[in-house]
Amino acid sequence: MSTAHTKGNQMTTNSKIAKIAGTTSMKSYREALNDAIREEMRRDPTVIVLGEEVSGGAGCDGQDDAYGGVFGVTKGLMPEFGRERVIDTPISEAAIIGAAAGAANNGLRPIAELMFFDFIGVSFDQIFNQAAKFRYMFGGKSKTPMVIRGTVGAGWRAGAQHSSMLHSVVTHIAGLKVVMPSNAYDAKGLMVQAIRDEDPVIFLEHKVMYNNECEVPDEQYAIPFGEAAFPRQGKDVTIVAISNMVTHAIAAADILAEEGITCDVIDPRTVSPLDDEAILESVEVTGRLVVVDEGNPRCGLASDIAGIVAEKGFHSLKAPIRTVTAPHTPVPFAPALEDAYVPNVDKVLAAVRDVLGA
Amino acid sequence: MPYQEEFLLRAYRSMKTIREFEERCIKEFMGGNVPGFVHASNGQEAIAVAACIDLSDSDIIGSTHRGHGHCIAKGCDVGGMMKEIMGRSSGLCKGKGGSMHIADIDKGMLGANAIVGGGPPLVNGAALAAKTLGTTNVALSFNGDGSANQGTTMEAMNMAVVLQLPHIFIYENNGYAEGTAANYGLGCDSLTDRNAGFGMPSECIDGNDFFATYEAIKVATQRARDGGGPTSIEAKCVRFDGHFIGDPQLYRGKDEIKNARKDQDCLKIFRDRVIKEGWLKAAAMNAIDKEIMVEIEKAVADGLAAPHPDPATDLLSDVYCSY
Repeated sequence: MSTAHTKGNQMTTNSKIAKIAGTTSMKSYREALNDAIREEMRRDPTVIVLGEEVSGGAGCDGQDDAYGGVFGVTKGLMPEFGRERVIDTPISEAAIIGAAAGAANNGLRPIAELMFFDFIGVSFDQIFNQAAKFRYMFGGKSKTPMVIRGTVGAGWRAGAQHSSMLHSVVTHIAGLKVVMPSNAYDAKGLMVQAIRDEDPVIFLEHKVMYNNECEVPDEQYAIPFGEAAFPRQGKDVTIVAISNMVTHAIAAADILAEEGITCDVIDPRTVSPLDDEAILESVEVTGRLVVVDEGNPRCGLASDIAGIVAEKGFHSLKAPIRTVTAPHTPVPFAPALEDAYVPNVDKVLAAVRDVLGA
Repeated sequence: MPYQEEFLLRAYRSMKTIREFEERCIKEFMGGNVPGFVHASNGQEAIAVAACIDLSDSDIIGSTHRGHGHCIAKGCDVGGMMKEIMGRSSGLCKGKGGSMHIADIDKGMLGANAIVGGGPPLVNGAALAAKTLGTTNVALSFNGDGSANQGTTMEAMNMAVVLQLPHIFIYENNGYAEGTAANYGLGCDSLTDRNAGFGMPSECIDGNDFFATYEAIKVATQRARDGGGPTSIEAKCVRFDGHFIGDPQLYRGKDEIKNARKDQDCLKIFRDRVIKEGWLKAAAMNAIDKEIMVEIEKAVADGLAAPHPDPATDLLSDVYCSY
């Protein structure tokens, strides 16, 4: 545990969020999520966790809590809160999401885990036709305070059906909030907000980030949705990046800073709602925009943000907007192909140089 | 002798090839030569072989994430599989699929499937094509006990009955849905009883016994070819390795795997039976063992030497048939 009173987390240095007082500790993305869920469960008895192997070992002869989720995010919750509140389910994604949505309408605050977010396909009706629409189509009379967690993204050689970035699919759906933390500090604060939020929240964790560490306040704190973070400030180019792409954007900005080129790196943190004001204000200064997104390019978040800026910030632009995305293919398995598929620092650098005409 | 010697040798060779392939995959994964997530099927060889041994290339199977054994049993090239699992461009799917997505359409292998419950509706489609086109082909889906609880699987079973599709639903009940007990995830006592409720013949057999499994599937397959519709077969079996390679398997009981390898090894049971009955000689099987070791060794060496895909030409291709 560290009591050093520093800027806390590098990643959120210029966040609009007030700094959290008190002690901090180096925590991984995984531990930060675990902390957030555990403390909310202690605080609020209506918070439950359900999904496949969120504890693990149910009905088996060996150890209980054998997995704590396949990535260990919910490890230790079942021993503390019991199987009544940390519920291992059959492999039945539609039933998991439906149960969470129905329970959310009836007094609980479920955190449903989809494991790999690719499994959304099996449960999609319960998400987009049911949970997302309840409030609107029932005339504002119902609320569905639920969180759907899932791991997204390529990099693990997990193949086409375990590596997708489907955030644009859920961002397209009115009634869902979509959260994509890029570091442990944000992961904790956004998870707390997600659990306390009254609407269905899709919480997407990038699988290559679970071991990434930074200083995380020990106390609970909520990061409001729709407020971007500014991990780097600059005046030459605006780089908007989400989830693990923030890592590459920061690395590119640091390389360019040595050349005298300064980048305004914006991490929206939540893509629905989206802090478009922050992006537009930045482009007003820089006149140049690069959007970095691991998703497929068509009807994706990168083109959405580019569209907003083209529509509302056109007169600030000094160069065409550039997007850096995955190609329009499923995620390939072979390492040689997967490495070429995922946007990297070099591609961000090339795009920035391109908008600078350099 | 109720079985031809050639049939028995073929069955043994196929099962043993799966065993050695999986054991070697585990070793190569641990050695860093196999990337990603790999789910080994060692221990469950008898079911794959019993189900596929009489099928032709125009009969279709759909597999699961634990699909290596089904591929081998259906006649997929072991060298092409190893290359695929290693992500090489000469793999069965050009390195684009990997362990969880191996397919070989020419062999009637519709694909491993990384979505639990993803396969049965597709296999219904293969069965529907056979019925509509008036062939006598059949389709088999391999399902885990975990898949049984997916809505997609139950919908597929019901529709197979409604449309009287030539679809044999094979449930490999290895006792674990990933790291959860099968009898925890299943609300009723018996999957076989539940599946009978869909309105199809439903049988439970010892999947460690190649012969019992073969006879049951043979009856089901013939019924399907004759227009008699779908069948459910639950084969009780043992998964020798984890849910995935590298799974610490904390959920398993002490000595459980050791005991299973001793008492419930389908290959040992097969060998003991054929020797005891006087159907095969140990020497004949030992000779096959040696050939298989050479074949697997070559598959690994060829795999490691095979070129990686080239992003410049391979990353963007194969998304569509035409652009």
